[in-house]
Amino acid sequence: MNELADKVGPPLWLLAELTYRCPLQCPYCSNPIDYASQKSELNTEQWLDVLRQGRAMGAAQLGFSGGEPLVRQDLPELIAGARELGYYTNLITSGLGLTADKVDTFAQAGLDHIQVSFQASDPELNNAVAGSRKAFDQKLAMARAVKAAGYPMVLNFVIHRHNIHQMNDILALCENLDADYVELATCQYYGWAFKNREGLMPSKSQLVKAEQEVNQYRADLMDRDQPMKVIFVTPDYYEERPKGCMNGWGSLFLTVAPDGTALPCHSARLLPIDFPNVQRQPLNDIWYHSPGFNHYRGDSWMPEPCRSCDEKGKDFGGCRCQAYLLTGNADNADPVCSKSPHHDRILAARTAADHATAGLEDLTYRNAHNSRLLYRG
Amino acid sequence: MEQIPRLRRGFRFQWEPVQNSHVLLYPEGMVKLNDSAGAILAEVDGARSVQLIIASLEQKYPEAGPLAADVEAFLAEAIRQHWIEWL
Ligand code: SF4
Repeated sequence: MNELADKVGPPLWLLAELTYRCPLQCPYCSNPIDYASQKSELNTEQWLDVLRQGRAMGAAQLGFSGGEPLVRQDLPELIAGARELGYYTNLITSGLGLTADKVDTFAQAGLDHIQVSFQASDPELNNAVAGSRKAFDQKLAMARAVKAAGYPMVLNFVIHRHNIHQMNDILALCENLDADYVELATCQYYGWAFKNREGLMPSKSQLVKAEQEVNQYRADLMDRDQPMKVIFVTPDYYEERPKGCMNGWGSLFLTVAPDGTALPCHSARLLPIDFPNVQRQPLNDIWYHSPGFNHYRGDSWMPEPCRSCDEKGKDFGGCRCQAYLLTGNADNADPVCSKSPHHDRILAARTAADHATAGLEDLTYRNAHNSRLLYRG
Repeated sequence: MEQIPRLRRGFRFQWEPVQNSHVLLYPEGMVKLNDSAGAILAEVDGARSVQLIIASLEQKYPEAGPLAADVEAFLAEAIRQHWIEWL
């Protein structure tokens, strides 16, 4: 293990999932299905200690996310602590619970950037997906407040079959709100989104059309010398090779869940691996020496077809969570890969997306009731 | 040459001891800068013109010879990337 630890670089990105609490119910939420049974949260001093340890190890980018991080009353204190340590601090929020006053308070505390998530370009669809009637108006008001306070702003839209036709409207809305960056993130099928995959996954033809629209809009922005950057994350279910997930397991990213569980990515909690907790072990030990973090480092764990494949240094065999969800064994090649013996599961999902008829009302929304219903631990 | 560059709002330039380099931080992103990019951006303070920046670098690194072309090329690229803007 020591030999391995020598080759491991520092965790440059730290994601602090402050809480699983959230007023919205998005059916593609990346929080664990059983979040309702996981109520414990690190206190302020514990979080500040995690931030100090992470910074000493070299973490420079810090995300405050959740759930909805705004439900934490100590957020200004955490922001101030992080900024003082020298982090670039990002707040990732639904905008619910935000006020113009808080936007200013956070700026004074040193917050560098706010990302606001939207569900769609119009109030009807947005509020239906979010499971909240007042969400859209609040988001608009808060996006304006964020810009008025002088922050750079990222607007994030999770894209699925029910809003993928809105690309032009979404981008026009973002431009109108003066966003600096737009993330069009096609659903990734973990957590709640995996449960709802059939009802969320766009068809190939929907995707092709959306990509054309986005590319056209990008070209227009360029012609007009508009600096708004558009990032379109397309779904790997339509690829023949998997993504190099998280840039490699335990290579750059460190997530700390609300209860202090340390994870190599925010979905990894679903894997049958015993992950360490910051309440019991120093972060440095966790990152460099814990069995959880070393589990999929290097490539000696790989079975075929990855083991003898010359692309393994590029994609690391894809995503462990996807391998686990689709094959029942997280060691397997990510089935997105056409060399995987389980690639048929991806092909079946594509076919299903061509014939899906489910409406928004058929999705399982992320809320405490459904969480308890689905998970009886 | 009279123009004054400054970092765009939301961009932060700092030294990272663990990476042993200067980095540029921005919303959800980070660029690790090579030595010369780091040295040039360290001079961008929103107060001094390109001309003064070049003079200052030439004084700091006399062994490097004339630097105007390199500095201007880097600043043009930084403008293209929307890292900096002209005041
Ligand atoms: S076989 Fe494994 S390593 Fe090779 S391309 Fe497929 S997922 Fe990547």
